[in-house]
Amino acid sequence: MKQFQKIKTTAIPFDKVNVDTDQIVPKQFLKLIQKTGFGKFLFYNWRFDGNEIPNQSFILNDPKYKNSKILVTGENFGCGSSREHAVWALQDYGFSVIIAPSFGDIFYSNCFKNGLLAITLDPKIIQKLLQIDTELEVDLESQTIKTNTEEIPFQIDPYNKKNLLEGFDEIALTIKNEDKISEYEQKSNVSSLL
Amino acid sequence: MSTTLFEKIWDSHIVLEKENGPSLLYIDRHLIHEVTSPQAFEGLRLNNRKVRRPDLTIATEDHNVPTSDRSLPIIDQTSSIQIQTLEKNCKDFGIQLFGMDNPNQGIVHVIGPQLGITLPGSTIVCGDSHTSTQGAFGSLAFGIGTSEVEHVLATQTLWMQKLKPFEIKVEGKRKNPFAITAKDIILSIIRRIGTSGGSGTVIEYRGETISELSMEQRMTICNMSIEAGARAGLIVPDEKTYDYLRGKKFTPKNYEELVEQWRENLKTDPNAKFDKRFTINVQEIAPQVSWGTNPSMVSDVTEEIPSPEEFAKGDLNQQKGAINALKYMDLKPGTLITDIFVDRVFIGSCTNARLEDLVDASKVVKGKKVSSNVLAMIVPGSQMVKKQAEELGIDKIFKDANFEWRESGCSMCLGMNPDILGPGERCASTSNRNFEGRQGVGGRTHLVSPVMAAAAAIEGHFVDVREMDLN
Repeated sequence: MKQFQKIKTTAIPFDKVNVDTDQIVPKQFLKLIQKTGFGKFLFYNWRFDGNEIPNQSFILNDPKYKNSKILVTGENFGCGSSREHAVWALQDYGFSVIIAPSFGDIFYSNCFKNGLLAITLDPKIIQKLLQIDTELEVDLESQTIKTNTEEIPFQIDPYNKKNLLEGFDEIALTIKNEDKISEYEQKSNVSSLL
Repeated sequence: MSTTLFEKIWDSHIVLEKENGPSLLYIDRHLIHEVTSPQAFEGLRLNNRKVRRPDLTIATEDHNVPTSDRSLPIIDQTSSIQIQTLEKNCKDFGIQLFGMDNPNQGIVHVIGPQLGITLPGSTIVCGDSHTSTQGAFGSLAFGIGTSEVEHVLATQTLWMQKLKPFEIKVEGKRKNPFAITAKDIILSIIRRIGTSGGSGTVIEYRGETISELSMEQRMTICNMSIEAGARAGLIVPDEKTYDYLRGKKFTPKNYEELVEQWRENLKTDPNAKFDKRFTINVQEIAPQVSWGTNPSMVSDVTEEIPSPEEFAKGDLNQQKGAINALKYMDLKPGTLITDIFVDRVFIGSCTNARLEDLVDASKVVKGKKVSSNVLAMIVPGSQMVKKQAEELGIDKIFKDANFEWRESGCSMCLGMNPDILGPGERCASTSNRNFEGRQGVGGRTHLVSPVMAAAAAIEGHFVDVREMDLN
């Protein structure tokens, strides 16, 4: 996993609630067996019309936001299906940070497994961020979002923070504790399916 | 200390704890399917890792499989590759697979309990959000992403932040249990607590109505916990639970011994603390029909579609959501639910395609015909359900009424196989998500129970199943 760097770009004000993972990556694109190349399918049914022509009124198609790496959105973002393809698509498209009042639980966890920073903020602050047209600077180390005029602190679980900053391999970390897993297995006696 | 069943299962599965951090939980059962596993196996290969416990892992093919003639090749090349990839991965890593032609094949959450893979008090994961279904057996069962699938394959464990217990009590006796189904109960709950009402929690469903429900009905309730935002839903096991799992393919040899222990240990203590509580009386519940694009946008069959203002009750974001939903659904506030006509009827999915669902739907259909404007299909949840239904002669009732009788799979719940809605088509569906485009780009989904779906198929529009003449 890549280490998380400080991000400074404009933020896309994506003012929608309950954006489910079916919208983030529609099911017809879940058949691929690799993790790469999902960016072109991001919000596919909203971004394009039936003939694959970009829908000009959809905010991601606004040239102003071409280089944005930050998405500011409404509550319960990423609800629904567990498909990690949603995170792969957001990252492949170019996003590094998603800011919302709340997230779908599985989506939230998937973000951190891939180095996508999901930030939870009070809905009132989100409403303010949705109005800001200038760049935001997101610094994970200091847990702050800087606008032109103020510095907004955010909370994050220390384990997730460390994972993102160090970009480490979680499985390798777990395998270091293999003796503990074996110990557990010996006393638990879980019944085999063979 | 008094604790909930969830906390008991959690505590007994901790391998390692970090102060103020996540716990490393042991996973007793890992189910996999073709859509969310290929990248996980690829990760294992790249790092030269093995599957730690292939003997605790089971695979099936459900999302992509055709439900029509399976002797024919899969036309969609990408679907076919995904299925072949799962077959190769299972072979390479030594995992049991119930593939397309296996009599044990079916939707992963349907076959888990049917084969006795699901066990009370166990931790069960699958790269699929509806894994919560299996919480009906008093297990901690939840969906995970592909990175976590890889982690479980490699280590048989998972790092998790502890969830919070949420009590949902369903009280009262149903006057008409045939018409007021588990689906209506869970839709009514989601309608009231919202699609994020359960965020960060594990719901424990309790109360006299829940005790009365059969195991299959309990599965319908736990299945849609994720639609209320909860990671999992569970129900304290009882004799119905133990009876259901007795004598299945994978039921452990020392089952009776285990049942003794479960009777003793798997409960929520009387004074256990829940972080959140909600109570609903089942007598307030009518047959439910969703009208919008998330599962909280639901009305009684006797009602009209609400205006966005009525629905949102002052929440401007919800109001905007409802305006968009009505536009997508091509519906107007004030329209009677019973005036909504449907083009398609889908009885299937991990929510409502078990034997009881099909038996109940067949009672509505018996001796009648599907409306000439409607295309209706039954997709049993597993090949075993299909076989059991055929032994009861239910397939004949459906076929005589002009329903299509299909092979098992996820099918039109999410349309990864050829079973999809066309743009603008309106469907009465027993599945779990009415999201935009879920059943096909531009398709319009109304979530209902199997008996309500069957009634809509016959009449061509939604009707109150309580008022139908049943043979």
